[in-house]
Amino acid sequence: MSTDVLTPAASDRQPRRIKSVSSRVDRWFDRITLSSGLFVLVLLILVGVFLLQRSRMALSESGLSFFTREGWRTDVRPPEIGVLGLLTGTVIVATIAVTFAVPLGVLSALFITEYTSARFRGYLTSMVDLLAAIPSLIFGLWGFLYLSPQMAPLSEWIAHNFGWIPIFSVDKGARYTSSMFIAGTVVALMVVPIIASVVREVFAQTPPGEKEAALALGSTRWGMIKTVVLPFGKGGIIGGSMLGLGRALGETIAVALLLPQVPEITAKILQTGGATVSGFIVLRAGADAFTTSGLMAAGLVLFLITLGTNMIASVVVSRSRSGAGVDL
Amino acid sequence: MTQALTPDGVMNGNEPPVVEPVVVEPVVVAEQPAAIAEPTEPTVQVGAAAVTEAPPTREPVRLIGGPPPGPATLVADDACAWFGTRLVLEGVDLVMPAGMVTALIGPSGCGKSTFLRMLNRMHELVPSAAFAGHIRLDGDDIYDAKIRAQDVRKRIGMVFQKPNPFPAMSIRENVLAGLKLARVKCSDKDGLVEQSLIRAGLWREVKDRLSSPGGALSGGQQQRLCIARSLAVQPNVLLMDEPCSALDPTSTGRVEETIAELRDQVTIVIVTHNMQQAQRVSDFCAFFLAGENEPGRVVEQGPTEVMFSSPVDPRTLAYVQGRFG
Ligand SMILES: Nc1ncnc2c1ncn2[C@@H]1O[C@H](COP(=O)(O)OP(=O)(O)O)[C@@H](O)[C@H]1O
Ligand SMILES: [Mg+2]
Repeated sequence: MSTDVLTPAASDRQPRRIKSVSSRVDRWFDRITLSSGLFVLVLLILVGVFLLQRSRMALSESGLSFFTREGWRTDVRPPEIGVLGLLTGTVIVATIAVTFAVPLGVLSALFITEYTSARFRGYLTSMVDLLAAIPSLIFGLWGFLYLSPQMAPLSEWIAHNFGWIPIFSVDKGARYTSSMFIAGTVVALMVVPIIASVVREVFAQTPPGEKEAALALGSTRWGMIKTVVLPFGKGGIIGGSMLGLGRALGETIAVALLLPQVPEITAKILQTGGATVSGFIVLRAGADAFTTSGLMAAGLVLFLITLGTNMIASVVVSRSRSGAGVDL
Repeated sequence: MTQALTPDGVMNGNEPPVVEPVVVEPVVVAEQPAAIAEPTEPTVQVGAAAVTEAPPTREPVRLIGGPPPGPATLVADDACAWFGTRLVLEGVDLVMPAGMVTALIGPSGCGKSTFLRMLNRMHELVPSAAFAGHIRLDGDDIYDAKIRAQDVRKRIGMVFQKPNPFPAMSIRENVLAGLKLARVKCSDKDGLVEQSLIRAGLWREVKDRLSSPGGALSGGQQQRLCIARSLAVQPNVLLMDEPCSALDPTSTGRVEETIAELRDQVTIVIVTHNMQQAQRVSDFCAFFLAGENEPGRVVEQGPTEVMFSSPVDPRTLAYVQGRFG
């Protein structure tokens, strides 16, 4: 008898969907946000389709050799074009840039969040953000006219003393300006503010309770940073670095100015030489239809690579404990 | 009979196993969540006390580079505190005797946390904070220009209102975190983990999962893990800022037992809003009060029984009887 009361009729137990009536404002808000989200997605797909279409001519002409050939010659018949030499340069320059920019960005983020007083924090934050606002052309010109001649002696010194390490070796009689090392350094300066601001945002969310716990145990500030802030911000550091890598891979004007843009597969970063996909495209744009198609194909490859890095970056950041509230 | 005292049957001929007092559950046992219910180990009635968790106690684990062993006396001498230009605490003179539990009571906002944080130099972490007066630890002024805040905090541990274990670290790593942070060495890490967790009353619940993350424990267990973490560096004083305010009654009972057991090993200063708790755990009591737009002051202090039965100041009586604040 009592069981009747305790077990409700089976029909009542069916799981049912809970409908809620949303207000008009919310419905419009939903529609607007949904459509802007979709717009971005459609734009992305359109760009991809456009690149694919325009690169068809070059890709069908060269076939798979487009992805394996080093040089780029349109003066021979049939033309021999390939993206591998460009990709090598792109990856090397971006790697150099990220290698310099990550420690610099993370340290400046740490300085801003953990070491400065509240008053300077604001100034420093806006200064770092201002760095991001400098047009890359300015960086390129500055690198080309000022930094490149300044850094050449440093490159020479490194080649002299560490030439036995393959990447620091140089050919006989090589010149040291317009090298991938210098281009990477300049690109690093452009990437630092991006990394710094992502990482800073993540560091700033470190739970204060955990920081106090570490300090109350008798930790130094650096010990606290090592045990609490850095582990908490790990996802942000990785994600910010990937984001910076994406930016470095796509950097155009500065590398167009700073590198000779001759495609070749070389790891000798200290001597004059090197080319990157985007720098090369900018210099060759407006040539004949076939070259343009080849450039589109190279652009497509770059597009896919940067898309991939950015996607991995956002996944890493959002999966980490610290990144839940940070959007890239 | 004695065999049964040690669950694993290991007997040390020279040292009698230390009998830990019975785990007295508070009256609210009925509400005890299932997660905390543990497999009961063989318990034996010894007069009024039963043994619940006592692996054969070894010599206390020694640390190298840690604070000198034993509880210490903490004395506040005309301590004042400011945030910016606002004076929030004025002229506090208070002795917190070694090996005793001192409770700080008073309505919220009267500066108890501020005072507690001055005692181990956490106060100065707030950018606008300022301080005047002296705090002496066994006679040495901890605000002496030659003394580093880290060294003070090594000797004066702190347990916070909100449990704050390092969530990504395992239970074991959490307990040992202080060693690395305070640069204290220990040759017997396993022994130290066990000893600290036993002292914090958590050993039995976690001994089989020391490698699971500290963030996965219940709130009450997390708080006891934080206590164990503070105890692992073997401080002379332990400060507790409302350690039970985020806990259920069962966990609160556990923490109170822990405090009772720690009494002779470490000086305890505890802030509490719970009058019964202050009465249960403390030997001495200080009543803080701040008037409107006035800094907090110690209105009255003394042995806990006196403070609760026959205080001099009528405001103290009103407060301890729950008629005000
Ligand atoms: N970080 C801070 N900055 C400014 N004022 C503070 C800060 N912390 C506490 N105060 C002020 O100091 C007074 C004492 O606070 P507190 O010590 O936290 O009180 P209690 O712990 O007794 O509730 C309060 O009036 C509070 O507003
Ligand atoms: Mg408080």
